[in-house]
Amino acid sequence: MRLLLNKFILGLSTLSALIGLAFLGWILITLFIKGISSFHFNLFLNDLINGGLRNLIVGQLMIAALASVIGIPLGMVAGIYIREYGRGKYAELIRNLSDIMVSAPSIVIGAFVYAVIVVPTGGTSGFAGSIALSIMMIPIVINTTDSMLSLVPKELREAGIALGASKYKVIIDIVIKSAKVGIMTGVLLAFARIVGETAPLLFTSETSNYFSLDMTESFPSLTVSIYDLANEPEKASRDLAWAASFILTVMVLVINLTGRFITRNKG
Amino acid sequence: MIMNIKKFSFTYPGAPAPSLQNINLPIEKNKITALIGPSGCGKSTLLRAMNRIHDLYPGNLYDGEIELLNSETNTMENILDIKKENEFIELRQKVGMIFQKPTPFPMSIFDNVAYGLKIAGIKDKSELAEKVETALKGSALWGEVKDRLNESAMGLSGGQQQRLCIARAVAVKPDLLLFDEPTSALDPISTGAIEELLVELKKDISIAIVTHNMQQASRISDYTAFMYLGDLVEFDKTETIFLNPNQKQTEDYITGRFG
Repeated sequence: MRLLLNKFILGLSTLSALIGLAFLGWILITLFIKGISSFHFNLFLNDLINGGLRNLIVGQLMIAALASVIGIPLGMVAGIYIREYGRGKYAELIRNLSDIMVSAPSIVIGAFVYAVIVVPTGGTSGFAGSIALSIMMIPIVINTTDSMLSLVPKELREAGIALGASKYKVIIDIVIKSAKVGIMTGVLLAFARIVGETAPLLFTSETSNYFSLDMTESFPSLTVSIYDLANEPEKASRDLAWAASFILTVMVLVINLTGRFITRNKG
Repeated sequence: MIMNIKKFSFTYPGAPAPSLQNINLPIEKNKITALIGPSGCGKSTLLRAMNRIHDLYPGNLYDGEIELLNSETNTMENILDIKKENEFIELRQKVGMIFQKPTPFPMSIFDNVAYGLKIAGIKDKSELAEKVETALKGSALWGEVKDRLNESAMGLSGGQQQRLCIARAVAVKPDLLLFDEPTSALDPISTGAIEELLVELKKDISIAIVTHNMQQASRISDYTAFMYLGDLVEFDKTETIFLNPNQKQTEDYITGRFG
């Protein structure tokens, strides 16, 4: 009876795993077939107004890059604070809040930024999009930094203190250096996580058909344009959406794999 | 005498009772003083009070006095009075510490040894190089690492890493070095090398060592303190402790009847 139950549970979990993987494979295969058939090198040379994706890719990367510039330092410093300096309830509160923030629905973050930035500034902008993405990024970076720092043995901190170094010097010279690879990987994965987001951008940056570097205006976004294009009736638009999805997926995949590659080799 | 511990008691944050009670212990100059006793007797706690590394975690209660010799004025100063950050830094430059597990920093071999020197304010490159070389020679590591000073210290073996940590601590010329079971994570050959090194080091530096290994204490130390349940049971010359102890408890522990 026990053996039977064991086999049953094993079979059930294998089946569940297979179902999950099958759907993932299905998505990827469809994406690759439809994406590659619509893919053309000219997509990188033209803007959306001329049937290309150049402005969207540049725009998406710029929004994500600015979000990283805001989110990574804030998240890292907060993570260092709760692991190295924060004590008791206050640090625990920040840690819990950050855990909750990680799973906050991204559309809610978009709506929040819409209310506090887009409305007061009188319109959507690349900046608003970046801020929305950085809000998503901060808790991820806090959690990674926190957990990577927790892996640094306390003896290493004590050894630094025992040589006469002050606490902040030990943290900067020794602790962060020890956790560097882990933190970098975490940051890269956080970037991969936000670069493909749509919901936070939907009513913050919106998107634009033209090439732009002016982040105070509505800003071209690959993900939001995929959403728009997929809703168009013409086949050409939907093909473009497939190609864009394909490029986006490859981008995220490459960043993810790079992150994992670094951890495997150095971690 | 380099350090004199008088009526010292210590309580960890939130603990209902003190972990150390009424400890009186002199640490003699240019001698090795061993602290022995069963696990949980407080020997590491006592050692960690001698450079106040406990203060990394707030809320400890100190009572009594730990006097450290100020070699410039030749007077004894109570290190439990220290409150300011720069005084702590000074204290730890005078009283170094080596841990159970080797703790190389994630940087080159050279930078590891130079770390304490740089903190002490030495910037001149040739002076740094000279002091690093002296420290590595003094720790019997120079021959093994002189061709790879710029390589990461993480690539060294456990025994080499521990000698590197000793070199790093010796480089800043401390008056007193505290060793917290420095060989318990090492193989017998590395242990032998470190023991020889300690005996060599005591010419310049006073040493206090916590050890679980009674043979080690009898081999290298000049004085031995036996501790049990937070009390210092007996302190004397190592020969006396091992051959002719005063207290029955000491004898029982030395002969392996408990602990």
